[in-house]
Amino acid sequence: MTASHHLHHDAAGDVAPRVHEADAAHARAHADVWAQDVSVGYDGDPVLEHVSLAVEAGTLLAVVGPNGAGKSTLLKVMAGLLRPWSGRIEVLGGPPGREARRVAYVPQAEAVDWAFPVTVRDVVTMGRYPALGALRQPGPTDRRAVSAALEQVKMSEHGATQIGSLSGGQRRRVFLARALASEASLFLLDEPVTGIDAATQEDLMDILEAQTKQGKTVVATTHDLACAASRFQRVLAINRTVIADGPSSLVLDPDVLSRAYGGHLLVLAGRTVLLDDAHHHDEPPRGERHYHDDRQRP
Amino acid sequence: MDQITAPLAYDFFVRALVAAVLAGLVCAVVGSYVVLKGLAFIGDAISHAAFPGIVAALLLKGSFYLGAGIAAVATALAIGWVSRHSRLRVDTAIGVVFAGTFALGVFLFSSIRSFVPEPLSYFFGNILAIGPDDLVGLLVLGGVVLALVAVFWKELLYATFDPLGAAASGLPVARLEYLVLALVALTIVVSVQAVGIILVVAMLVTPAATAQLVSVRYTRLMATAVIVGIGSAVGGLYASYWLDVASGATIVLIQTGLFLTALLVGRGGPLGTRRARAQMGRAG
Repeated sequence: MTASHHLHHDAAGDVAPRVHEADAAHARAHADVWAQDVSVGYDGDPVLEHVSLAVEAGTLLAVVGPNGAGKSTLLKVMAGLLRPWSGRIEVLGGPPGREARRVAYVPQAEAVDWAFPVTVRDVVTMGRYPALGALRQPGPTDRRAVSAALEQVKMSEHGATQIGSLSGGQRRRVFLARALASEASLFLLDEPVTGIDAATQEDLMDILEAQTKQGKTVVATTHDLACAASRFQRVLAINRTVIADGPSSLVLDPDVLSRAYGGHLLVLAGRTVLLDDAHHHDEPPRGERHYHDDRQRP
Repeated sequence: MDQITAPLAYDFFVRALVAAVLAGLVCAVVGSYVVLKGLAFIGDAISHAAFPGIVAALLLKGSFYLGAGIAAVATALAIGWVSRHSRLRVDTAIGVVFAGTFALGVFLFSSIRSFVPEPLSYFFGNILAIGPDDLVGLLVLGGVVLALVAVFWKELLYATFDPLGAAASGLPVARLEYLVLALVALTIVVSVQAVGIILVVAMLVTPAATAQLVSVRYTRLMATAVIVGIGSAVGGLYASYWLDVASGATIVLIQTGLFLTALLVGRGGPLGTRRARAQMGRAG
């Protein structure tokens, strides 16, 4: 067991032993994502402060926390979409963005314009674009990769469908297929299992688990603590900073959760009930459009 | 038949026809991005910003297209910069730039002492006045715009659809957004003599908006926009010739009529087929 698998109670009271210097260097060398004392925000308002973490290759990590905790922001820093104000971060061994072609980022559903005139196949094919470079059009290899990705998410029959006529679960399947088609090493998924049926959730988690078994790294934000507990190997609980980080069974205990979620948590005879677990996403940061599609099929 | 061929005996009409086809084509292609990215207001601001450039060209006896082009591209890039780096809302910044640049144009125009050109031809266009040299410039500029769209086709599509995903996977989304704004500016320069500063935004937006009402795929959207754009430009030119009315306004009125028709009978329209409506209800 390496340093990052210990449970760190960073915000209050050191329950677990601190990471030693040598351990830290070791963690950094083996991490697909490594951050030290990262602070970031929008327009001068801090969202995350003093975040440190190391995510080893092959990890299936859930990022949990209440609305406004900074889950999406953390993902955007990893994706190179937001530059930290301070602190250091490395992604796939370099500054965020350097290995961008090996990163697949899936935005939360609200950030996607579902009325956009593209088909399922068009979207998945976009996963191949960055590696193709300018002027080259997708060839047979790309078409095979797209077909394989569609097959994996069980969407082969819907290739020609405009994305707006898909159900919520199908929409998440399509974007996961785009990530698979890109053959990325690091998957950064913003709410991949939010607002979808149980069967789709199981399917998507099976696929992600299989990816991590092949050495790929998955970081996914989620509101769904039950899913985080049962399907993810490691959980990072944040609320503007890291509250807890470790194996899901340890992090998702009522004591840690009540600190992550503040008063919005009800503990009943050892069973935890989350009170604000609506699917409300964070307010979109300036410059980012959110689309609210009321016509989405159930 | 004579009605069609008779005007072709005049060189000025043939030049106008070529310019109309080119403007219809380029506006439809670039307009597809304008409609998908919601840049209509920016397009309007850029076209008004071309005015001070045109007047400066008059004052300095420089090229009309160079003056309009510099002013339009500079404004487009400035709007892009403000929207990325300022705390102002983009539409606020556009509102300021829009009126400010147009006022600068009027100010400069009113300072012309030596001769007084006809301002209406800049506001409303005069496609029949396009000279042989103008036409060469327009063809080159239009060719550049179409070539850039062709070269960055994939990247523009990805960055327009999902800027976050595209940026995270390494596409230069910021530069692509500036490119779209610059393409809008160049397209306006290509079309401004045909329909004028005030109406050019219609050339950019209306054919693509019409196409959006009837197409579910971007390639189809662009193709439909091109057909609508070229068809209305040619139809409008002939109609204005036969009726002896302003060409720019006639072209725009035909586009508006086609848009309203698509709104009524297209996917989801009140007169559309039930199947189309049902599809629209789902496709959104």
